[in-house]
Amino acid sequence: MSTAVRMEEIVKRYPGVMANDHITLEIEEGEIHALLGENGAGKTTLMNILFGLIQKDSGQIYLRNTPVTINSPSDAIANGIGMVHQHFMLTPVFTVTENIMLVDRSPREPFLDHEGVKRRILDIVQSSGLHVDPDAKVSSLCVGDQQRVEIIKVLFRGAKVLILDEPTSVLTPKETDELFVVLRRLAKQGHAIIFITHKLREVMEISDRVTVLRGGKVIGTVLTKETSPDALAKMMVGREVFLTFEKTPVHRGQKMLEVIDVVTRAGQACTGLKGVSLDVSAGEILGIAGVDGNGQRELVEAIMGLQPIESGDIRIKGKSTRGCSTRKIIDMGVSNIPFQRQTEGLILTFSVSESLLLKEWRKPPFTRNGLFDKKVIQNTSKNLIKEYDIRTTGPDAKVGNMSGGNQQKVILARELSRNPDILIACHPTHGLDIGATEYVRQQLLNERDRGGAILLISTELDEILAISDRIAVFFEGQVMGVIDAANADLNAIGLMMMGIRLAEIKKNNSTGEKG
Amino acid sequence: MPNEVQENEAGSRNIDLEHLDLLVRRYGRIISAVAPVTAVITALLLIGVLIFSLGKSPFEAYKALFVGAFGTLYDTATSLTRATPLILVGLGAAFAIRGSVFNIGGEGQIAIGGLAATLVGIYLPNLPGYIHLPLTLLAGFIGGGIWGAIPGYFYAKRGTNLIITTIMMNEIALGIVQMMVKGPIQEPPGNYPQSPQVLPTAVLPLIIPGTVLHAGFLLAILFAIILYVVLFHSPLGYEVRAVGENAIAARHAGINIFATRVLLMVIAGGLAGLAGASEILGSQLRLRPAFLPNYGYEALAVAMLGQTNPLGVFIAGILFGALKAGAGSMQRATNLPMNLITVVSGVIILFVVLAKIMTRLPRYLAKRSAGGGSGDFLSRLLASKSLKGTPHA
Repeated sequence: MSTAVRMEEIVKRYPGVMANDHITLEIEEGEIHALLGENGAGKTTLMNILFGLIQKDSGQIYLRNTPVTINSPSDAIANGIGMVHQHFMLTPVFTVTENIMLVDRSPREPFLDHEGVKRRILDIVQSSGLHVDPDAKVSSLCVGDQQRVEIIKVLFRGAKVLILDEPTSVLTPKETDELFVVLRRLAKQGHAIIFITHKLREVMEISDRVTVLRGGKVIGTVLTKETSPDALAKMMVGREVFLTFEKTPVHRGQKMLEVIDVVTRAGQACTGLKGVSLDVSAGEILGIAGVDGNGQRELVEAIMGLQPIESGDIRIKGKSTRGCSTRKIIDMGVSNIPFQRQTEGLILTFSVSESLLLKEWRKPPFTRNGLFDKKVIQNTSKNLIKEYDIRTTGPDAKVGNMSGGNQQKVILARELSRNPDILIACHPTHGLDIGATEYVRQQLLNERDRGGAILLISTELDEILAISDRIAVFFEGQVMGVIDAANADLNAIGLMMMGIRLAEIKKNNSTGEKG
Repeated sequence: MPNEVQENEAGSRNIDLEHLDLLVRRYGRIISAVAPVTAVITALLLIGVLIFSLGKSPFEAYKALFVGAFGTLYDTATSLTRATPLILVGLGAAFAIRGSVFNIGGEGQIAIGGLAATLVGIYLPNLPGYIHLPLTLLAGFIGGGIWGAIPGYFYAKRGTNLIITTIMMNEIALGIVQMMVKGPIQEPPGNYPQSPQVLPTAVLPLIIPGTVLHAGFLLAILFAIILYVVLFHSPLGYEVRAVGENAIAARHAGINIFATRVLLMVIAGGLAGLAGASEILGSQLRLRPAFLPNYGYEALAVAMLGQTNPLGVFIAGILFGALKAGAGSMQRATNLPMNLITVVSGVIILFVVLAKIMTRLPRYLAKRSAGGGSGDFLSRLLASKSLKGTPHA
């Protein structure tokens, strides 16, 4: 196989940091090459240089062994390099065809070439397996479909080298699998695929080779089949990483949170809850497993009083929360790490100290006689920054300028420092690198050992299995079953995620044994 | 700050947009203070060119404008008197904008506030001044507050378009005042569309004898300080800013968004009503139709020029008041039309808005170029817009 791209001795300096420190990277035709590294390791910078978004300070790029200069994305596209970004660039009111038409001039100017573009899209769909209806409006497509449109867009422009920036961060497990099938097919057709990620499991599953970056340097390039997740994690973080946790035996206290036969209204985009019953005791973590969109969000919103319940009851420490405002429920000792940290958990224009205040701002010692005590707020913030290892220039820094991991630490600090009785953690490590993930999970375990009742909602089964004490599986707004995490049957969880009740699974198993 | 940017650019021909954006955000506070000053200076320069092209001397015109506004104690007092309603309405508008509530209803709230104050000022006799005057001012605040609360309620409850409803409320309010001064409260014998004078016990005293400056200006100072403290040093201001910056996160934090939005409209309307009351009780002493024409709209400009910071609004209000007060002097000295001052105000606002766009431009361009080719400009524009809107949860 021949070399598709060779980046040699690439250097990019930012004030105070070496984003790329003499990086050399070689991608072969027909291979899927994972670019692995923690947030801030320089992966995206390197790829933005290749795509012409950022100018390198020194170094040379070769395409098929010919030196090229790439000063802009149009240079990159002309050289057959395409990039699919984390955030999609689609016009929702346009159809797929219309969106793709935007990338290129029409051959029939001043008229649009609807038919021609559509034909070419269908050709791409045929050969790549990226199934999308060219006449569908983008606003009606789910995230996975939108991503396919983005990939088609890149292929439409004739890219032979595809850069995918954390493509799975927005996908469900099923959509991820579908994406991987497409990527393998494209690689087989001779495309070179660069896959930026920080998820080890995906690297192991999809890539042929892996290059690990850390602190702007290449730590090494290895063949995927000759390495292991533990070895990669060590290369990535620079030390041993504990992907499994030492868990103390569970000491269940009183029932803190009881969800009793709760029904919420189903909407167009949500299934609603159809009679969900759960309980979480002090000192335990109840993990909610299930594919996203099966009622997890409705459950959290019902508990937090953000969404009314039709029937049933939710009790906190034995007291019903019916008719309680969100404020009241928070004050009953409920903390929440919301699903969307940037839109629901934080106000990005607020400073770190203002963000840390976003639960307790009306209470002393922060507010006295109706006015803020800025000194107390400042000192508390400084302590929390230290305690939770938040990397920032100080309490006055804007949270919007911080990395996702640090933003999550701000939320964690805010929610845990209240010593809540109940913590609802939704996707607490979503989009975080290994170091931060490890930190967040350890904090949740500490909170459990302190005696907090934790409801953990995650689509990552690994996470649920790693720290939960019991696991409840959601499917279409119902609980399929609750099992002990200690000797959890992965197969049973998988079946429950597909909508088979635990009772049925048990029945089948026992009849199977008899026969 | 501009030097730093240039140094960083000097190295490579390609402007590092993300870096520029970082600098803009880091020095955001300084920029928001410098931007309005720059806007005013640029606007004056530009209008200077216009004056020059009309064959007049811009220096003479501006000198006459300045002397007219601040030449004597009397002139200064007049400027501050003109500024008083602009500051009060502007403060309310700015406070509401901090909570993402855009009150275009200042015009109507001024009118209803003025009407309420006139009614209490005329028809509550035999009260001592220290009771009657506060009561009359309070009536103005309540009148304007109710006029703000009505569209505010529908906006907060149902998400009706506040711009449309407040403008409609303006028309209704002006109509009511017209009707009142031509009917029920018209001054006998009915030659003019105006009310009788308010009772002396409800009149705001002058604070500089021999000028027109009345105690309403003290109210403007008072409320500028109060709103500054509330906005940046109190839980209420914190909640307002939280709702304004990200209503979804505010809801998750347990803030009652509905109550906050209605309250903002009550405060904005109330301050506009107070402005109407103070104008009548301090300057005009009787109700006439459109007694503060266009002040409700100009106050929005004041709020923007003041960067929605109460202290900034205070300064911006004085500037706009001075422009109004000095316009006549400029006309007399140079024979330039008084309306030129409206053009000056307009151009200032244009530049303030431009400055705001400019500070967001690096981030926008950085995001745009991060998207790749030049083709999907439209899609990115739309995407950025849809992200900015406050989705209703």
